[in-house]
Amino acid sequence: MKHKKLAKKTLFKGGTILDPAADKEFKGDVLVENGKIAAVGNIAVDSAEVIDCQGLVVTHGFCDLHVHFREPGREDKETLQTGSIAALAGGFTRVFAMPNTDPPIDSPESVRFIAEKAEACPIHIHPIGAATKGQLGKELTEISGMVQEGAMAFSDDGLPIMDGGVMRRVLEYGGMLDKPIINHAEDVCLRDDGVMNEGRMSTRLGLPGNPVVAEGVMVHRDLELAKLTGAKLHVPHISTASATELVAKMKKHYERISAEVSPHHLYFTDNDLHEFNTNLKVAPPIRSKTDRMELIKGFKTGVIDCIATDHAPHTIEDKESTFDLAEFGMIGLESCLGVVLKILVHEEGIDLMTVIKALTVNPRDVMGFNSNLFTDNAPVELTVFDPSETWEFTKDDIYSKSSNSPFIGKVLAGKVKYTVVKGQLTSV
Amino acid sequence: MSLQQKHLLGLEGYPAEDIQTIIDTAFTFREVLERPIKKVPSLQGKTIVNLFFENSTRTRISFELAQKRLSADTVNFSASTSSLKKGESFKDTVQNIEAMKIDACVMRHPAPGAPLRLTEYVDAVVINAGDGTHEHPTQAILDMTSLQEKFGYLNGLKVGIVGDISHSRVALSNMHGLITMGAEVTLCGPATLIPPHIKELGVQVNYNIDEVIEWADALNVLRIQMERMGVSLFPSIREYRSLFGITTERLTKHKKEIVIMHPGPMNRGVEIESAVADGDQAIILDQVLNGVASRMAILYLLLGGKAES
Repeated sequence: MKHKKLAKKTLFKGGTILDPAADKEFKGDVLVENGKIAAVGNIAVDSAEVIDCQGLVVTHGFCDLHVHFREPGREDKETLQTGSIAALAGGFTRVFAMPNTDPPIDSPESVRFIAEKAEACPIHIHPIGAATKGQLGKELTEISGMVQEGAMAFSDDGLPIMDGGVMRRVLEYGGMLDKPIINHAEDVCLRDDGVMNEGRMSTRLGLPGNPVVAEGVMVHRDLELAKLTGAKLHVPHISTASATELVAKMKKHYERISAEVSPHHLYFTDNDLHEFNTNLKVAPPIRSKTDRMELIKGFKTGVIDCIATDHAPHTIEDKESTFDLAEFGMIGLESCLGVVLKILVHEEGIDLMTVIKALTVNPRDVMGFNSNLFTDNAPVELTVFDPSETWEFTKDDIYSKSSNSPFIGKVLAGKVKYTVVKGQLTSV
Repeated sequence: MSLQQKHLLGLEGYPAEDIQTIIDTAFTFREVLERPIKKVPSLQGKTIVNLFFENSTRTRISFELAQKRLSADTVNFSASTSSLKKGESFKDTVQNIEAMKIDACVMRHPAPGAPLRLTEYVDAVVINAGDGTHEHPTQAILDMTSLQEKFGYLNGLKVGIVGDISHSRVALSNMHGLITMGAEVTLCGPATLIPPHIKELGVQVNYNIDEVIEWADALNVLRIQMERMGVSLFPSIREYRSLFGITTERLTKHKKEIVIMHPGPMNRGVEIESAVADGDQAIILDQVLNGVASRMAILYLLLGGKAES
């Protein structure tokens, strides 16, 4: 991977322009001048650096609503800088960092720490603030103060807000400031000590199961509370058929709901855990084949709007232990496009535009960002990729500080070639 | 005579002919155990380490005795006295032991899947002596050896397994082994202690112990762990005893005399009445002796011991 400062004028020439904001696809060029979009169409220009995009797709920079960059506290796993490089490798120009750091991002001061450090990073990173102090699910954080410092949404991340009364107040207060609330949807009592999907495979392996209903009952409660309070609810990493169905039903009555799915939940099923592979230990767990198919269907029908990686770096030591003790989570930025294009486009026949919207326009809309990036003078956020190149994902493709990916050795389809953001051109 | 797999990690998918080979070999060693001098030189020069990351008395003694009877050199490692307490990782501990040139590891570990992990770190033969709530294949083999001894066959045999199925590696290994050998298995216990997806593994579930006794040729009665009571998996010992306890009163209601097994240690007066445990129907102490013989057979077959005259 190479990074360089963008030339004064750069012409991305002869590609297929996919403009997800305008819902348009056409052959053409994109001219970037002084780090901004200068023109989109058939462009003749002298003295520009030309990037040949023949056979490639040129689209908006990808946006990930769910990453863990581990700073502050676990800089041995990832930092805002190393996470940014992993994002660039995956075509991501804008990401939202979860607050489960050490200490957690639960005050205006800690939000400012992230926002200031993010300034110096090669991509746009926005903090998501903790919804409750210490992510303990009890007292509200200073949500307004955190918004002023740059927090874009609120979530206790992996710690579900179990107390329905507290969740209601978080939605009311966050709703007042028009910020989306994200709750890891798992009833922790039903989840208990579950480390994988409860089913035939967990029974075979003798591992404690996490039942499908643990997600369903929590999603149901959160949807009802969102409707009651009028707040914006974003359901993260949806993993089950039943939760997908609940979101679909509620969307008919109440529109301020969005949902994301992670690439690994689209790719794997719990049968893949048969050798206790700790890189497949994630929260929520990899579910059954039925759940996987319903997630794909939910994506196809627009119930699920966004693709988010839940990029969760862990050290070798954290994963090289027995399954019960290994940490939850996998990295996902670098492999995301190849995974989702392989499954959704090449195998399931979903059109490329729908998939790209879930990586660009839809997540930006959830967070209230400008999602119309191909307009004149918009600061450049652009990704160029080959939609059908098949390639084996290896350790060399990983730029994260950690390498806990179950995709190593898998053949993926679709590969990022260039990522352009903050005046810099990255050739992947 | 040898087995198809290098290790013995579990009975799921383990070949029927290999289970039969182990059982047949176990009977040979049973004869050895009846001799005045119970030691054979089969594994002379082989080094076996018993890695016990979890407390165990009977399984460890059974393995140790089996190893000594085969003339192997043995080393014992137990977590309570080990460097694990000093924060050393599982990987480092086992690689250290492997570096000392050993031929086999017998491991008991609280984590499901730990023996599979171990095979990634060491070249030695790995024998699972119980991995958490996953498998306990040598226990299941000794149970099947005992059943074969008693009935003369396994194919078509009806075996009930009673008790805490959810937390039982003994139940899971027995299910896999018995089904592979053509036996039928019915599980019985409180609904809270039977995994919801267990039927998908090819067994029946019946909550009525009297019906299971009526149906079965043999019952394997599992230990009820008292600590499960506190987390409301079952309400009280009194209620457990009245619903699932194996008593003389219950057994004599049926004309057919069935065989009673228990992997130990028993809670007398809870899951099994003393009169039953000590009665004629019980083969609990035969299981213990067959445990040594079965483990001798497994070690002998996996470590390629020389044929003994």
